[in-house]
Order: sequence, then C-alpha cells, then structure tokens
Amino acid sequence: MNDIAIRVEDLGKQYIIGAQTERYHTLRDSLTDMVKWPAQLIRKGFSSPKETIWALDGISFEVHKGEVLGVVGRNGAGKSTLLKILSRVTEPSRGYAEIHGRVGSLLEVGTGFHPELTGSENIYLNGAILGMKRSEIDRKFDEIVDFSGVEKFIDTPVKRYSSGMYLRLAFAVAAHMEPEILVVDEVLAVGDAEFQRKCLGKMSEVAHEGRTVLFVSHNMSAILRLTEETIVLEKGKLILRAPTSQAVDYYLTSGFAQTGEYYWPAAEIPADAAPFHPIALRVRNPQGLIVDTVRSVEPVTLEVEYQLDAPITGLRLGIYLMTTHGELIFTSFDTDDQEQFERFGVRPAGHYLSRCAIPGDLLNEGRYVLGINASTFRVRRYFQDEHAMSFTVDGAGAPGMQWGEQRMGIVRPRLDWQIEELQR
Amino acid sequence: MTQTSIQSASTPKKQEEVLLLQPSHGWASLNLRDLWLYRELIYFLTWRDIKVRYKQTLLGAGWAIIQPLINMVVLTVIFGNFAKMPTGGIPRPIFTFAALLPWGLFSKALSDAGRSILSNRSMITKVYFPRLIIPLSSVLGGVVDFLIQFVIMLLMMLYFHTPPTTAVWTLPLFLLLALITALGFGLWLSALNALYRDVGYVLPFLTQLWLLASPVAYSASVVPEQWRLVYALNPMVGVVEGFRWALLGTQEAPGPMLAVSAGISIILLVTGMYYFRRMERSFADMV
Repeated sequence: MNDIAIRVEDLGKQYIIGAQTERYHTLRDSLTDMVKWPAQLIRKGFSSPKETIWALDGISFEVHKGEVLGVVGRNGAGKSTLLKILSRVTEPSRGYAEIHGRVGSLLEVGTGFHPELTGSENIYLNGAILGMKRSEIDRKFDEIVDFSGVEKFIDTPVKRYSSGMYLRLAFAVAAHMEPEILVVDEVLAVGDAEFQRKCLGKMSEVAHEGRTVLFVSHNMSAILRLTEETIVLEKGKLILRAPTSQAVDYYLTSGFAQTGEYYWPAAEIPADAAPFHPIALRVRNPQGLIVDTVRSVEPVTLEVEYQLDAPITGLRLGIYLMTTHGELIFTSFDTDDQEQFERFGVRPAGHYLSRCAIPGDLLNEGRYVLGINASTFRVRRYFQDEHAMSFTVDGAGAPGMQWGEQRMGIVRPRLDWQIEELQR
Repeated sequence: MTQTSIQSASTPKKQEEVLLLQPSHGWASLNLRDLWLYRELIYFLTWRDIKVRYKQTLLGAGWAIIQPLINMVVLTVIFGNFAKMPTGGIPRPIFTFAALLPWGLFSKALSDAGRSILSNRSMITKVYFPRLIIPLSSVLGGVVDFLIQFVIMLLMMLYFHTPPTTAVWTLPLFLLLALITALGFGLWLSALNALYRDVGYVLPFLTQLWLLASPVAYSASVVPEQWRLVYALNPMVGVVEGFRWALLGTQEAPGPMLAVSAGISIILLVTGMYYFRRMERSFADMV
C-alpha cells in the first residue's frame, strides 16, 4: 500500500484553442475586439464560447516505487502535458495527481543556461534551477565536469561552445540530480550518436538504482531498453498499459490506421511547424494504388503531401523507415541528390508532393513503420513524426520462399549467386 | 503477520512528503515556506543578473555611474537654471543626485521586475520553482549598482563639503522601502505582462511620468501644505524625501508623508504577492 510513488486519478488538462497560435494579446487586439464587440454581441449574445481542447482527458494510473514507466504516443497525444503537470509546471484542469517523494523533472536540458556565463557558472545556476543545494553542487562539481568532458573550456562562456559541448554540459548537470522520482521528456532526441549513447547509459544507471522514473520518448529502442512497463496515450486518453514490448508493438502497429494512407489531424501539428504544414503520407504499389500491403519483390512508392505557407530556404523533407521494434533502417531526404539540392535551394510557398521509390527486392517480409521529418540542416526542425503510419511487406516470390521458413534480417536482397565447380 | 509488523518497526519510515497536484481555485496562500526552501535560487538568479548586466560593454560597471550622472546634469540644468526650483540651501548637484540614487534603484527594479516573467519564460515552461523568485531576484539585482553609485555620492558630498546628518543610519530603511515599492508594483506588472504584452510598452512612459511626479528634481516643499498627504500617496515621495532627509538633512523629517507612503508600499506588496500567486498558475500556459 505504501509503495506508491505516483498516483494519477482522472487527470485532465484543458487548453483554449488558438491561445497557442495567437500567442498573446496586445492593446491593438483589444481595440479591434472593442470595435467588433457590439457586432458580436448582436450575433452571439453575451456568452463568449471559447473553443477548447482536452490535451489530457481523464487519465488514471499508478506508478510503484522503483518502477520505470515508459510513456509513448503520437505528437499531441498528451505526453508532454502529463509531464508538465507532474513536474508542477502547469496545473491540471481536473482530477488530481499524488506524488510521494522528491520529484526531479527533466523536460529539457540546460534550462536557464546563460550564454554569457562560463561553464562552471552555468553548472551552479542550472543546478540551483533544478533544485540542487549549493553544497550538493560543490560536492558533485568535479564529477559533473568530468562527465561532461569539457574540462578545458569550463571557464569559457558557453556561447563559445559548440552545440555538442553545450548539450554535454547541460546533460551532465541534469544527470547528477538525485530525486526519488525522475520525470524525463524527450531529452535524448538531441545531440549526436555519442551523446545519445552516453545519455542512455546514464539513464539506465538511474533506472537500475531503484529510483522511480517516468520516461517519455519517441525512441522506441530507448523505451524498450529502459522500461519494463509502458503506457500508450492517444488523443489525451490512456488506451493501454502493458509490458513494454507489448505496448511498443501495439503502438507501432495496431495503433495505426491500416489503410496505406495517413492524414495528419490538426491536433497533431504543433503551432511551431509553420510555415510547414504536413497533409498526408501514402504508400503506393506499382499500379499506383494506395495499399497497406506491398510485395517484397516490387518497388514501393512513398509520398508525402504538404503545404508551404511561406518559402523555406534549404528545406529537406525526409522519411524514416523503421522496424516495429523501433530500429531505424534508413533515413532519406528529398534533396539528398546534389542536383535536387541546388534546384530547390529555396522552396517557394505552395502545395507539394515529395515522392520516392523503394526498389523491389529490398525489404524482408514483415511490418514497417514510416516517419517523416521536415527540417533545415542545423537551423530548424519544422515538423517531425517518427511514427506516422505502418505498412506490411508480403514475401510472396521473394528469394528463398521455397523453403517456407522465416528469413531473419531486415532486408531481403536478391543477390546474384554463382555456383562454380572447381577442377580438382 | 507478525513478521511484517517487526519489519516495519525495525525500519521506521521517515515522514514522507506527499504532494497533491490538483486544480486550484480563487486566492492561493503565499507559500513562503517553498520560497525559503528555494532561497539559494534567489541568490543565484540575482547573481546571474548582476554578472551578465555589463558583459560585452566597453565601460562595464561604469554605466552604473554614468547614467545617473547624466540624469543629474540634465535635471540640474533644467530645474536649476530654467525652473529655478528651491533646494533648501543644498548644492543642486548633490540635492538631485541624492534623489536619483533611490529613484534609479526603484525604476530599474520596477522595469526589470515588470518584464521578468516574460524574459524568463524558457525557465517557467520547463521547471518548477516558486515563481515569486523571478521578480524578487530581478529587484535585488539593482542593489549592486546602487552601492556603486552611493560611493560616488559620498565623494560628491566630500567635494561640496556637505557632511551627512546624524539620521544617516535610517538610510537602509528607505532603501528597503524603495525595494518593497518596486517589488509590490513589479509583481502586479509582471503578472499582468504575462497576460497583456501592453505592459512592456507602457513601462517606459510610466517610469518617466512617475519620475516627474516624485520629488527628484524638486523638493516636496513646493507642493502646497494641504496637498502633501495626497501627494504622498505616491510611495516614492516618502522614499525620495526620506532618503534626502537622512543623508543631507533637508528641512524636518517627512513624518506623516513617510507614513502614508510606507502604508501604500506595503499594501502594494501584499496585494501584489496575492495577485501574482493567483495568476502564476497560468503563467506556463500564457507566456
């Protein structure tokens, strides 16, 4: 009874739609509202119904002490809202959450870092913001510096750091918090492979120390590695709680519409994606039909439909192909080709379709997950949906099918085998 | 059965803290205990503000001196040569500078505090700490500038052969009153600023008008006797007059005016804190 760390009961959070896109009120808005007001009054009466959305809609679950719970879901499913409530950044609109123990939340690394301050100054500042005591930071200072690997630049203002160094230092501070309950958002999604490896290592260390961890990620292999149980959120509701492998499988397969086509609903497109506006993702067979199942031996066409509300310089639109276990098979961008890259230096506003073909005899039979990314290199990520939809590859006619066994491996290439008998 | 009871007896659980997160309604308590727990953060944020203020400037902390000096020259020339306001026999430069010290502290603290919630939005949307810390530390950030300016003040008094009065020990009280006023009003403005960005545009005018409405360039004695208590509803009247009185010994102690001003300051602070606490729950969603 006494080993509950987090109890969440009917938790809900309501947002007013438009508040995010409008950003803020100004006097001008108030003035124009004042002019419009009498007209609206006549039309609508005195009540001003605002359009609202439940970003989190009646979620209940419990986390026991020492448990490591994963949280997965699409963009806009309510993962971040849940973590924001649990880390006391924002208040729920209904229900309650009970937290037994000291919470440390990591919704971002490097919160409060000031570019003009040196590395060591930022360690103290950031540590204090994360709720560490000064004496605690003093004690761990050397360890933090050591972990970050930026000893040589510790007295340099962080504005002179490379983005990698900055992240390493920021994560190093965060990694040395010692809360009883740790709430972590997608912090591992940034940085290079080396950095991610280090973060994951530290995270699994924390997880195995018997601390309670709530871990949100789009990185399925990280979720699989770090958590035993996972909850799946969809449109603000909790739809499944299961052992992680089962939950990930559900999320990556049956959680998706199986029609070979996916339209992004408005709720899944964050306001900061503008001017990029994703519309649809489709899988087509060689006959041009939209299908859920394609043949391994035939080429597959993948297409992304999107709208640019303003020109973007250096835009690259890419697809991710993943297994249902979350392993990335490849990433490919529509301007990978040098000639395309030069031709589309600036992509004007308009309605687009970026299309590519995966050659036949490449993918093994099984189910695959598709994601997209729209970004400009090292400048900005407009939109990303790692798990937009999934499709099935059927093995009929693929090399080796005569044996009727399951062929291991992700790819199933048709290789040109020669058999030669050597003269004795 | 017995085993469990023995076990729990041998390892007595320490009193566990349970945090309940739920929608709140109406007025919230000030939660000063949390503020105390996070006192080190107040220090670090104040220290950050001081540390980065004059980074990448040629003159560095020299700006803390130049700004009020230029103000002093301008006000001295205008009010001395054209308006010819009386100073009660005190050399005009130090008469004005003595008022510019608490005024500068106040106006800087007010405008920093007023913008503080917005300028720290990246922290507010990512991590919990008592939000009161933000305006509080931005108010405290100006004290260092004040101390630098105070040294200049002492040098000027030496130059003009004006010794401080025996009431000089009361100076910290007026300093405190200036900070309380700035914090109280700053709390109102910062919370309003999260909701309406107009505050950012209003602030410069507000401080400018407030300067003219305070006895900085002139003495409160130019205000007709019967209006003085009304005049003192501007809390900076008590602060500025009091500061000048404690340091230079102008006229008699501004007793009744000071009481009115201090009362207003404290009302501002208390209402500001409650209003801020009421609004802070929506900061993360608004900024």
